[in-house]
Amino acid sequence: MTTSTPTPVLEARNVTMRFGGLTAVRSVDFTVNAGEIVGLIGPNGAGKTTFFNCLTGLYVPTEGTVSYKGTVLPPKPHLVTQAGIARTFQNIRLFANMTVLENVLVGRHTRTKEGLWSALLRGPGFKKAEKASEERAMELLEFIGLAHKRDHLSRNLPYGEQRKLEIARALASEPGLILLDEPTAGMNPQETRATEELVFAIRDKGVAVLLIEHDMRFVFNLSDRVAVLVQGEKLVEGTSEVVQADERVIAAYLGEPFEGAPGEAEAAEVEAAEAAADATGTTSTTSTKGEGQ
Amino acid sequence: MTDLTKTTAAEPGLIPLPAAAARALTLVGGIATAVSAFLAWTWTSEFPGDLTITGYPGGLQWLTFTGGLLITLFALAAYGIRGLGWLVPGGNNGPIVLTALGTFGTTWFTVVAIAVNLDGLVNLEPGAYVAAVASLLTVIGAFALPTTAGETRNAKAAYDAGLRKGGIASQSRVVIATLKGFAAYIGKPDRVPAPGPLAPWAERVVITVVTMIGLGVFTYGIDTEYGELFIGYLILVVFAMWAVHSAGLIDRFSRLVAHHRGFTLAMGFAAAILFPFTQTDDHYANIGVNILIFGTVALGLNIVVGLAGLLDLGYVAFLGVGAYTAALVSGSEFSKFSGVQFPFWAAALSGAAASLIFGVLIGAPTLRLRGDYLAIVTLGFGEIFRIAVNNMDGVSGPDITNGPNGIPSIPDLDFFGFNFGDSHDVAGFTLGRFANYYLLMVLIMAIVVLVYTRAADSRIGRSWIAIREDETAATAMGINGFRVKLIAFALGAALAGLAGTVSAHVTYSVVPTPYQFAGSTPPNSAFLLAAVVLGGMGTVAGPLLGAALLYLLPEKLVFLQDKSLLAFGIALIVLMRFRPEGIIANRRNQLEFHETGQLDVPDTETLADDPAVTKAGA
Repeated sequence: MTTSTPTPVLEARNVTMRFGGLTAVRSVDFTVNAGEIVGLIGPNGAGKTTFFNCLTGLYVPTEGTVSYKGTVLPPKPHLVTQAGIARTFQNIRLFANMTVLENVLVGRHTRTKEGLWSALLRGPGFKKAEKASEERAMELLEFIGLAHKRDHLSRNLPYGEQRKLEIARALASEPGLILLDEPTAGMNPQETRATEELVFAIRDKGVAVLLIEHDMRFVFNLSDRVAVLVQGEKLVEGTSEVVQADERVIAAYLGEPFEGAPGEAEAAEVEAAEAAADATGTTSTTSTKGEGQ
Repeated sequence: MTDLTKTTAAEPGLIPLPAAAARALTLVGGIATAVSAFLAWTWTSEFPGDLTITGYPGGLQWLTFTGGLLITLFALAAYGIRGLGWLVPGGNNGPIVLTALGTFGTTWFTVVAIAVNLDGLVNLEPGAYVAAVASLLTVIGAFALPTTAGETRNAKAAYDAGLRKGGIASQSRVVIATLKGFAAYIGKPDRVPAPGPLAPWAERVVITVVTMIGLGVFTYGIDTEYGELFIGYLILVVFAMWAVHSAGLIDRFSRLVAHHRGFTLAMGFAAAILFPFTQTDDHYANIGVNILIFGTVALGLNIVVGLAGLLDLGYVAFLGVGAYTAALVSGSEFSKFSGVQFPFWAAALSGAAASLIFGVLIGAPTLRLRGDYLAIVTLGFGEIFRIAVNNMDGVSGPDITNGPNGIPSIPDLDFFGFNFGDSHDVAGFTLGRFANYYLLMVLIMAIVVLVYTRAADSRIGRSWIAIREDETAATAMGINGFRVKLIAFALGAALAGLAGTVSAHVTYSVVPTPYQFAGSTPPNSAFLLAAVVLGGMGTVAGPLLGAALLYLLPEKLVFLQDKSLLAFGIALIVLMRFRPEGIIANRRNQLEFHETGQLDVPDTETLADDPAVTKAGA
């Protein structure tokens, strides 16, 4: 998919978000190119969702700018969506008491114009627009495989289908970039695999994807690039292999060995000392270690 | 204990009687009750309605007669008489039990009222005893009926649960079992078989007939001349409606309505237009017009509260703005602009426009708040309007509204020589002043209903509901929350202002006092909100029904007087406990308030096999 000269869809420059004394996101530079799937990972509390909220205008970044296809985005969620960035939420936020179809139609809001007057007067333009909206929404429901449930209330869908519906609702705004906030949270392996295919299908529609995820296998399978956010700062960015091999990433997830922890050399020395102790039966291991350096 | 729970066939009734005997008893009792209405119940015509004549029912006796007739119909349907099967599609005995209870209630209420009003049982003629005994026997018969197959599972589960719970004393066990059994009686069967196919014209005929019956029942309620009759009417109507609901007929009817939405709406308006022609006294047309004004404003509030989910506690102020604007340009000599007299269309438009501007002015700063804070601020603004109008008398403020005296002697409207103040003869019927205004109000209400339904079913309506459901998600979907909410607020305000322009002419004068937060007479903000919540949020018929109820109750039950607010409070609490979605539920709310855990499946499948029908006769 990626061409030799990648065109950036999303460019975040020097984004910083402070809540009082707490800096949740610290000067992050970040780019998503057209046709890319980019993963954003990091330990809990690393600031991933905060960064997402900065991108989508739910938070106004303390410093820095976010631009979409070269134009700087105003920090208002509805304007960001209008510009072409759609998102889903970590904890599903569907319109619970609306039907499946209505949920997707709400997603079409930015791509339709009919205001109050046209709704009241019901001219031919209104009917045409409603019909077109509905057709487009049904296409999306076909795409995620929920067309047969169009008249069900979304609250009554099973969990996995709610996640899918949220993606369809986001896609309804015809975005150039879709942000998925933990799309597989709470899913079983089969559902996760289905979501994987769905994300590829979305990418094949020409929509760039940025996703936050904790399921590492999922992220590394999918992503063209992965960025790691730790304590609000971008640690590494690169292909799956690069990130997986990076020691700092492993350290961030598993913890660094503390200062003075036994390294390989020490371990060998300890073993040798133990062997010696076995032979002599007296020497203490701690004293040999102290001399070892 | 096990032998009690072992019963697997249809549960026997609460009263031990053979099923056949019970069934016969309900039928005979129903007929006897209906016939007893033709006897004299008391000797003197001092009791209102004149119940002294043998051979012709009067006043409350009509209600007993109607009740007896309904029982007879349901009882005959239960016998499987051909042509009556449609009355009880669920095949349950609930309708019989409920109509029997309703008739029993009205009849005994009448008998007791006679004895109390005229001091003593001596005043009862034998006819009254016949009626009382007949209606009591019917109730006994009804409770001896088996809870039918459709309910067997429920009833049995209820019995079992009752027996399990009350393990301490056998007596409490029986009481609980009885209560649960009672609930099983009056509940709606789980599955109501879908109706057979009907020709579209036949469906329209059904809708027409139902609308006309509705008009008849409603007109009867408005025309009740004394409190006792209204109470008896209320008892019968509530139980009869409940019976019809329990029979599953309301479900069937709403399915019909869903197919013929436009036609039903047209029939509803036809019925509304017919109302003044059924009235001989202009007083009742006055009640009608006030209900319409109240209902129209409640429907406007329904956009704000029911669709967009913005709790507005100062809504009546917009009615006030419309009324004051119309009064100022009406040509009244007490108006500040006494020389100016707008034609009505211009006055109506300026009233709506003034309300709209006022709505935007209030909405722009307050709609940035959410939830409780919005409610508090709107409450404040509502009161500010009333107090400001009170003070604009030239002493405490600029001289615009004449202060507490208001603007009196507003002239009647005149459309091309058709003066609304005079009586007119139309096709042999005399339409008085209030009937004229009533018809004008029907037109305004039609506009508001049209605006409501069209706005609700559109892009903007969907975004209102989305905002109500989850504002953050809605904005993330590209909805400009503030703008959309402001449109809802302004639209609601404009509709209330429109209704206000008519109300100014109907009441001859506008004064600040009615436009308050809470008072004992509608409309005020609290009553408007109560009408919306009571009737059913997010529906068209709900607020209208709620408004009619809230207007009629204090109007008819004069004896409640200052206790009417207390009565409302209790009624509202009871309703919120048992039917939080309001009397007329919209599907969304119904599912929201009753967690059933079952998936809602759109009404597409037909339930072919239903054992209830066959077992009902057993």
